[in-house]
Amino acid sequence: MSAVIESHHDDHHHGPAKGIMRWVLTTNHKDIGSLYLWFSFAMFLIGGAMAMVIRAELFQPGMQIVEPAFYNQMLTLHGLIMVFGAVMPAFVGLANWLVPMMIGAPDMALPRLNNLSFWILPFAFGILLSSLFMEGGAPNFGWTFYAPLSTTYAPPSVTFFIFSVHIMGASSIMGSINVIVTIMNMRAPGMDLMKMPLFVWSWLITAYLLIAVMPVLAGAVTMMLMDIHFGTSFFNAAGGGDPVLFQHIFWFFGHPEVYIMILPAFGITSHIIETFARKQLFGYSSMVWAMLSIAILSFVVWAHHMFTVGMPLAAELFFMWATMLIAVPTGVKVFNWVATMFRGSITYETPMLFAIAFVVLFTIGGFSGLMLAITPADFQYHDTYFVVAHFHYVLVPGSVFSIMAAVYYWIPKWTGNMYDERLSRLHFWLSFVGVNVTFFPQHWIGLAGMPRRYPDYALQFADWNMVSTAGAFLFGASQVLFLFIVLKTVLGGKKATPEVWEGARGLEWTVDSPAPYHTFSTPPKVS
Amino acid sequence: MEYQKYYVPESSKFPIFAAASLFILVMGASSTINSLDDPDSNASLVLYTGLACFLATLFFWFRQVVKENNAGLESQQLSQSFVYGMAWFIFSEVMFFAAFFGALFYVRSFAVPWLGGEGEKGLANMLWQDFEAAWPLINTPDGGKGFVIAAKSMSFPGWENITHWLPLYNTVVLLSSSVTVHFAHLGLKKGNKKAFNIWLGVTVFLALIFVGLQALEYYEAYEHFGLTLESGIYGSTFFMLTGFHGFHVMLGGVMLAIMLIRSVLYGHFNEHKHFGFEAASWYWHFVDVVWVMLFLFVYIL
Repeated sequence: MSAVIESHHDDHHHGPAKGIMRWVLTTNHKDIGSLYLWFSFAMFLIGGAMAMVIRAELFQPGMQIVEPAFYNQMLTLHGLIMVFGAVMPAFVGLANWLVPMMIGAPDMALPRLNNLSFWILPFAFGILLSSLFMEGGAPNFGWTFYAPLSTTYAPPSVTFFIFSVHIMGASSIMGSINVIVTIMNMRAPGMDLMKMPLFVWSWLITAYLLIAVMPVLAGAVTMMLMDIHFGTSFFNAAGGGDPVLFQHIFWFFGHPEVYIMILPAFGITSHIIETFARKQLFGYSSMVWAMLSIAILSFVVWAHHMFTVGMPLAAELFFMWATMLIAVPTGVKVFNWVATMFRGSITYETPMLFAIAFVVLFTIGGFSGLMLAITPADFQYHDTYFVVAHFHYVLVPGSVFSIMAAVYYWIPKWTGNMYDERLSRLHFWLSFVGVNVTFFPQHWIGLAGMPRRYPDYALQFADWNMVSTAGAFLFGASQVLFLFIVLKTVLGGKKATPEVWEGARGLEWTVDSPAPYHTFSTPPKVS
Repeated sequence: MEYQKYYVPESSKFPIFAAASLFILVMGASSTINSLDDPDSNASLVLYTGLACFLATLFFWFRQVVKENNAGLESQQLSQSFVYGMAWFIFSEVMFFAAFFGALFYVRSFAVPWLGGEGEKGLANMLWQDFEAAWPLINTPDGGKGFVIAAKSMSFPGWENITHWLPLYNTVVLLSSSVTVHFAHLGLKKGNKKAFNIWLGVTVFLALIFVGLQALEYYEAYEHFGLTLESGIYGSTFFMLTGFHGFHVMLGGVMLAIMLIRSVLYGHFNEHKHFGFEAASWYWHFVDVVWVMLFLFVYIL
């Protein structure tokens, strides 16, 4: 028994092992954070390539490039990959890198579980992508996989899809348990809850949401599996079930899920604005309470995705008002960010550019969300490109911009090198222009009545679709520049100081850049 | 404050084995389910291989953690991480059951009455105009065209038949097992290993009885009542809720049995260190609470 133990001498914990096995067997939160981030970037490029297929087909009315059936598969996989493969793992990667450093912990609380949470993902997405080559093609029912499209009329690959969702859900649950336990149990002495950095707070709440709703998603896909293969009738009215039941269960998961994809962005933005405005964040405790309120409200608004499905009037009204209520804590946050910048000594380094763009563009997405929350108005907007514009505004210049901001902000801490400021500003402006050119016109064609999810459209939408496609290719191409900038920074560049940014607050700026492989072997003092 | 080092293993082979065997497992499961109609399919071999690899990985992984614990590598703080970890894991299980209970409440309160023509969305009755809403739903809306009409539901059969009603016995068995596992815990806290082993043994025995009774119940449902997974939404919710619960009972029973083996054969656990057992007993109490909900909402109400 002791032979196993003796191999872990405390005195040779200096650096990582060599070669590929370092990454496969690692238990180090920084290694695992990097794995998550690179994986998410790969998925971002794959999902992005699928978006290019979609936009290329929509460049002109009529069918030019792909078959409608393949278009549906691209649409479905684009959504699934971006949500579960790109945005969520990127935030988990950031949590891995940053949470232990920010709270003064030696590592994540459950390091081996941490490795498992990551390594499930490549397998899960391997299964999902391999369905493209299966008989009947990949899942083609949209990322929301509504029954009966995903049950009675689904391709055979739906079974693989179901199990892939099961294991990526397991990965999320394990990862979230790890984050929560780390935050609850590993804080350095003196790091009280209300002294915690906001990114840590945002992830504590996000992890709670994940543990609460990923099992519900598992339940939904299990019911699908049973309906498809074992004769149950959860989503089949002929047996007494209800296809609408699927939508209720899915959105009970799905709405908290959209906050899972935005709360960590709130945390990131708060840190960056505070640093580059050179002022203490305005309203720290109201930021915490706002995030908690958003998280709690997220459980009682799900049916606003289903206003047109045929619900009783009382439900339509309840979900309308509850949804509008979310605008209050969200407004508090936007107000606080603006108030932090007010009379600050602002400089516009790339992270700040992305963070300001986040505040402005996310707010646009928030306002269109408010429009969609109005039940009678939603009867017009539902399933149009207005909805597509809305959720891409909160997800692309929202979540994705915050992730890019975070990468620029912390990459000097991760690599020890400064990124190329000129190229990164170019990346910002190309992305900024690209994203708006892509998605802003979609508001108009949506209000004019263009339905989402179709590979073809009526002639009156032709001009703005062409503009939108041009913007999409600009945005897509500028992400290659992002890859180049990141690689360049990893390989070299101006050396970063420990503090990196003038006046940056937080424990991660007290250690060297790059941060040592094991950051805090003894807990730091927190005042 | 006295500082204890937090044990972080330098690297570990377990997670990658677990992830890879999970991959084999779900590929096997998907292929098996997709080729259920094909008698020549060997897909189930992949499924069993994956399952065997996964279980083996878990065995060696847990063994390693137990060894580390016995070697004193685990600080108080690390033990606390396990406590929080288990609590949040149980919360995730609660939410899994919540999805199925939610489905049950939805169909009982909304979907089925609407199909029967009641309520604000009662126009759903135009689909099958002869359908009358009832719960337990025996006659499916389509009149049994696509489904198996059961002869009888599993609900409370009335006081005169109560002695033949298996779920009542199951309730007694499972509730007592929660008490016996608590007695085992109390014994262990006093350092009385003998009481611990006996009460834990009784608990595992009760778990076996429960699973046996449930197997009998399923046999009755399928053979005598004609109630199957294909009996419409009542059969669907009944078998999925009780089935997943039964699966969790087996899981909890295996956990407790492992704790019993560790205690009897290897002398693990004392009055200060016994979180492995405690975690399993929490799980057991959780399974018990789920059963109470099942008994109430699936069988009685």
